[in-house]
Amino acid sequence: MSLYGTIWRLLPGPWPVKAVLAALLLAAAVYALFTWAFPVMEPYMPGSDVTIEEHP
Amino acid sequence: MRKLWLKEGWGCRYPVSDPIESRPMTTVTTPPRRAAGSRRGVGWFVRGVIGIVGELMITAGVVLGLFVAWQLVWTDVVGDADQGVAVTQLEQSFQVPQEAPATLEPAKIGKGFAIVRIPRFGAKYAKPLYEGTDRLTLQKGIGHYPDSVMPGEIGNFSMAGHRTTYGKPFNKVAELKHGDLVIIETAEAYSVYEVYEDLIVLPTQVEVVAPVPSRPGEQPTEALMTMTSCHPMFSSRQRWVTHGRLVETIPRAEGLPLELLEVSD
Repeated sequence: MSLYGTIWRLLPGPWPVKAVLAALLLAAAVYALFTWAFPVMEPYMPGSDVTIEEHP
Repeated sequence: MRKLWLKEGWGCRYPVSDPIESRPMTTVTTPPRRAAGSRRGVGWFVRGVIGIVGELMITAGVVLGLFVAWQLVWTDVVGDADQGVAVTQLEQSFQVPQEAPATLEPAKIGKGFAIVRIPRFGAKYAKPLYEGTDRLTLQKGIGHYPDSVMPGEIGNFSMAGHRTTYGKPFNKVAELKHGDLVIIETAEAYSVYEVYEDLIVLPTQVEVVAPVPSRPGEQPTEALMTMTSCHPMFSSRQRWVTHGRLVETIPRAEGLPLELLEVSD
């Protein structure tokens, strides 16, 4: 029972093909984080309350 | 020797040489662990859950590391590029002859209306100035406090800018010396301010952007300027505040004297 082990097992082909597919999956995950997840996360992270108006 | 790739349980594969091929496949494809079904009980399940929780925690750590990289590096890369484009567009829009530019109308929130040039930050330093100081506006460049006057007017023309991340327009705000120039370029004129004071205040001390700084309610008689940014760097516990006063307003038609962009020391 292992998350990444399962993903690796489900990837088709011999190991070089698996490695390329895994790299593509990783790149897609990073892209999604940079484009959608992080901008949404940012206001809730420390050190991000930039405006004076938010502190009446 | 010819090798076969045979499947073992748990996703593990290993090469097996010919002799095994002759065995009945079932003895190879059925892993020993699975065969011993009675031993696959609670312990197996608990270990599996702990393993997955561990993987998720490692993933969370990697994601947080990526977040820091995104915030400190990527937002700057994107911010610098976008703000460079915005400055170019503003410059082009300023070239178009203005009709009846008697007074500067209050701009709409989020609208870019000026270019900020600060020679101390480099002769090529130029950042777009947008109306508003909300979070999304400050991600595009420098923000103008909507309640403050427009550049060159009597009162306190106030700006806010990121000190880190998002193109970090006010990154070097603490390096400004008294006497340094801050030039606000609009469609009508260049408003030249000279820095005379810097302060470190709490985020709640909004009186620094009052029409007469630190004296809220008083009627202004001078044309002043305020820059606010986060302090210390990478934190928002305090604010770095720089005050300047208007020393010159140069009509756009006369152009900006290049010597103003030079820093003597």
